[in-house]
Amino acid sequence: MSSNVITVPVGQAEARPWVDELHQWVTTVDHKRLGILYIASALLFLVIGGVEALIIRIQLMHSHNNFVSPEVFNRMFTMHGTTMIFFVAMPVLFGFANYLVPLMIGARDMAFPRLNAFSFWLSFLGALLLYFSLVGGSGLYGAGNAPDVGWWSYAPLGARAFSPGHSSDYWTLSLLVSGFGSIGTAINIIATILCLRCPGMKLNRMPLLVWMNLVMAGMVLLAITPLSAAQIMLLIDRYLGGHFFDTQAGGSAVLWMHFFWIFGHPEVYVLIIPCFAFMSEIIPVFSRKPIFGYPVMVAATVCIAFVSMSVWAHHMFTIGMNSYANSFFTLTTMAVGVPTGIKIFNWIGTMWGGRIQFKTPMLFSIAFLFQFLIAGLTGIMMAASPFDWQLSLSYFVVAHFHYVIVGGILFALFGAFYYWYPKMTGRMLSERLGKWHFWLFLIGFHLTFDVMHIPGILGMPRRIYTYEPGRGWDTLNLIVSIGAFVQAIAILVFVANLIISYFKGADAGNDPWDAWTLEWSISSPPPAYNFATVPTVASRRPVWDEKHPEDPDSRYE
Amino acid sequence: MVFSLLLYSIFKFRGRGLDGGREPAQVYGSMQIELAWTIIPILIVVVLFLATARVIHATQDAPEPAGALDVIAIGHQYWWEFRYPKLGIVTANELHIPVSEPGHPTPTFLQLLSADTDHSFWVPELAGKTDLIPNHPNRMWMDPQRTGLFLGQCAQYCGTQHAKMLLRVSVDGPDDFASWVSVQKKAAVEDAGAIAGRRVFEQNACMNCHRVDGTSADGRFGPDLTHLMSRSTIAAGAAENTHDNLRLWVQDPSAIKPGSLMPAMKLSDADLDAVVSYMETLH
Repeated sequence: MSSNVITVPVGQAEARPWVDELHQWVTTVDHKRLGILYIASALLFLVIGGVEALIIRIQLMHSHNNFVSPEVFNRMFTMHGTTMIFFVAMPVLFGFANYLVPLMIGARDMAFPRLNAFSFWLSFLGALLLYFSLVGGSGLYGAGNAPDVGWWSYAPLGARAFSPGHSSDYWTLSLLVSGFGSIGTAINIIATILCLRCPGMKLNRMPLLVWMNLVMAGMVLLAITPLSAAQIMLLIDRYLGGHFFDTQAGGSAVLWMHFFWIFGHPEVYVLIIPCFAFMSEIIPVFSRKPIFGYPVMVAATVCIAFVSMSVWAHHMFTIGMNSYANSFFTLTTMAVGVPTGIKIFNWIGTMWGGRIQFKTPMLFSIAFLFQFLIAGLTGIMMAASPFDWQLSLSYFVVAHFHYVIVGGILFALFGAFYYWYPKMTGRMLSERLGKWHFWLFLIGFHLTFDVMHIPGILGMPRRIYTYEPGRGWDTLNLIVSIGAFVQAIAILVFVANLIISYFKGADAGNDPWDAWTLEWSISSPPPAYNFATVPTVASRRPVWDEKHPEDPDSRYE
Repeated sequence: MVFSLLLYSIFKFRGRGLDGGREPAQVYGSMQIELAWTIIPILIVVVLFLATARVIHATQDAPEPAGALDVIAIGHQYWWEFRYPKLGIVTANELHIPVSEPGHPTPTFLQLLSADTDHSFWVPELAGKTDLIPNHPNRMWMDPQRTGLFLGQCAQYCGTQHAKMLLRVSVDGPDDFASWVSVQKKAAVEDAGAIAGRRVFEQNACMNCHRVDGTSADGRFGPDLTHLMSRSTIAAGAAENTHDNLRLWVQDPSAIKPGSLMPAMKLSDADLDAVVSYMETLH
């Protein structure tokens, strides 16, 4: 396989004028560059969404605080939620999928490179549309305003009677446009995986990361389409006199909830399954063992995908569904815990008897396992709808889903950054800064989100810009806010690490982690067409076979 | 349990520095173990589900007993309207219900409606929350076993002042409840000393939104003020019901609750004093 390494002759990488360089990035159809564009834009919006979160936390530090007005606060949580889900989490995961899937299946690019570029720019335009609302939002007074209807924009709050002006139109258009981008990328990932695998890479030899991204892309197709449909219906309501969700004219608010959550819940799995994928690559390498129970992991992923399509109404236990519907969604929601549990057991099985290396990617992965476990437990609690009648719409729920999204998804992503950054740039991220980043973020995360469960149990609803003194919520909220700032400092360390290591990091070489999948068989960063000759694989760990010809995996599969 | 398994495997199998770069035994999986950790969780889920389904059924499908009190709760942007259809009472923001004694249960059954956006009725110590959704009447019940004041608030984001859509439920003993009912059933107190203020109230837009029983003020957009002074707070719990707060509220509602739908009436100081002293007669 060493024949695959393309050495770039010195002098070829001469500095071009920056305009040329920029032009190359804007017009690129290379899956690696598009992957990096996705990731970079997501990092930008991570910082913006993080600042919005800090504004929210400053306002809630003590009761009757006047840091921002209620209007601004409502805009902040709307923008924070929308930004983090649609313009941070999805793009960064698409970015990694874009970058890694072709490399891991021995392909030279995605199946549709131009569609790939188009999809990225659509998503980016969607993000710009959302933020343009700050300038062009309100049509009434000439001054701009961000939308303030919450990231679900529940009907009829999103109707014209309650959201005059154009701010929530920018929200609608933004999700519509970026949704088309997501659908394009999903089609591209599916086509790439099904059609462009290198010789010998049968479906049951694909790395788990590829399998899970295949499932994720399938779910995107099923989940984003109802959201797009609902946005179009909302536009029809607002501008063409439709009455889908217009309750004043007999429309149904509940219909919007169903549309939104049949997108919204699968969306959680769209985000978490690629993170399972990172775990399934990182944990084996740093435990020095192959993944435990590969076929079961694949089956569990597919099972999660199916079951998670029928759990959406657990977001709606309080809307007055009848007892049969509530029982059904309780059952399906609890059931999705089974395949998820199987995954956790398999990761533990992978570490069991291994030789665990505590490098930064592994630290984040281990923290992921613990936090995802707790998030799963509170999830099962709320799956029981009688619990949910108390805890839904409270800070307990906010703490729960941030445990999934920050404690799960973001930790897994940081692991992925530390693991694949050397491949993308050719330089190692600093382990020292990495450890600072890890421990600071871990402390900040637990300060914020462990404590945040308690005010929820004490009766504090979400989305309130202030609260009355004497409810026993003040101290808890102060701790939560302090934790948010510790996390912000950790993010600064991370960004500094990304920048400093890009210029001064140690040389990564082709395979710094002694790993086993195809991307580590070529140079870092990989050349434009990835593989000089298309590789042939005989097992799930082709690079292991290469390194251990005396004991290849292909003998056991 | 899983937690300790995880901790154990991390500490037991941590890499011990450089030991010649030997790779550990390459284990690929085990079907028996996989089956075990599939089937056991499935059994746990079945048990959990059956227990939960019983509670769901017992809560949601409970029949309404004969002694129950019926209340219609209507969510408005940033305040609560409560109507007692059998008693002919209309009030706002502060709900009074009787305590339910074991020998003589008097639970309260709420019908939940909304006049505008979605809201959610949540008093954590009395019951779980249920949403108030336009065109989608809901039902919930409370069966309080002890008297006292219970605080709650709107739990479903409903607009700018969602945060100050507070809710107070007073659970009264039988006698207290009966005397509260008899006060609320009366028409508004006529006080000749406040006639100037009443004129201000009726000649301005106040009467378009507020109702004072027995007068020409018959609005439905804002809270019923017939027995305003029997309530301890104003503006859906945003401020205590004192002279100064009432005056400030009428003068400039956004000083107490920015985003409130009540407009500042821009009254002269004299009119302002008059209308406040009129409202203070509405016991």
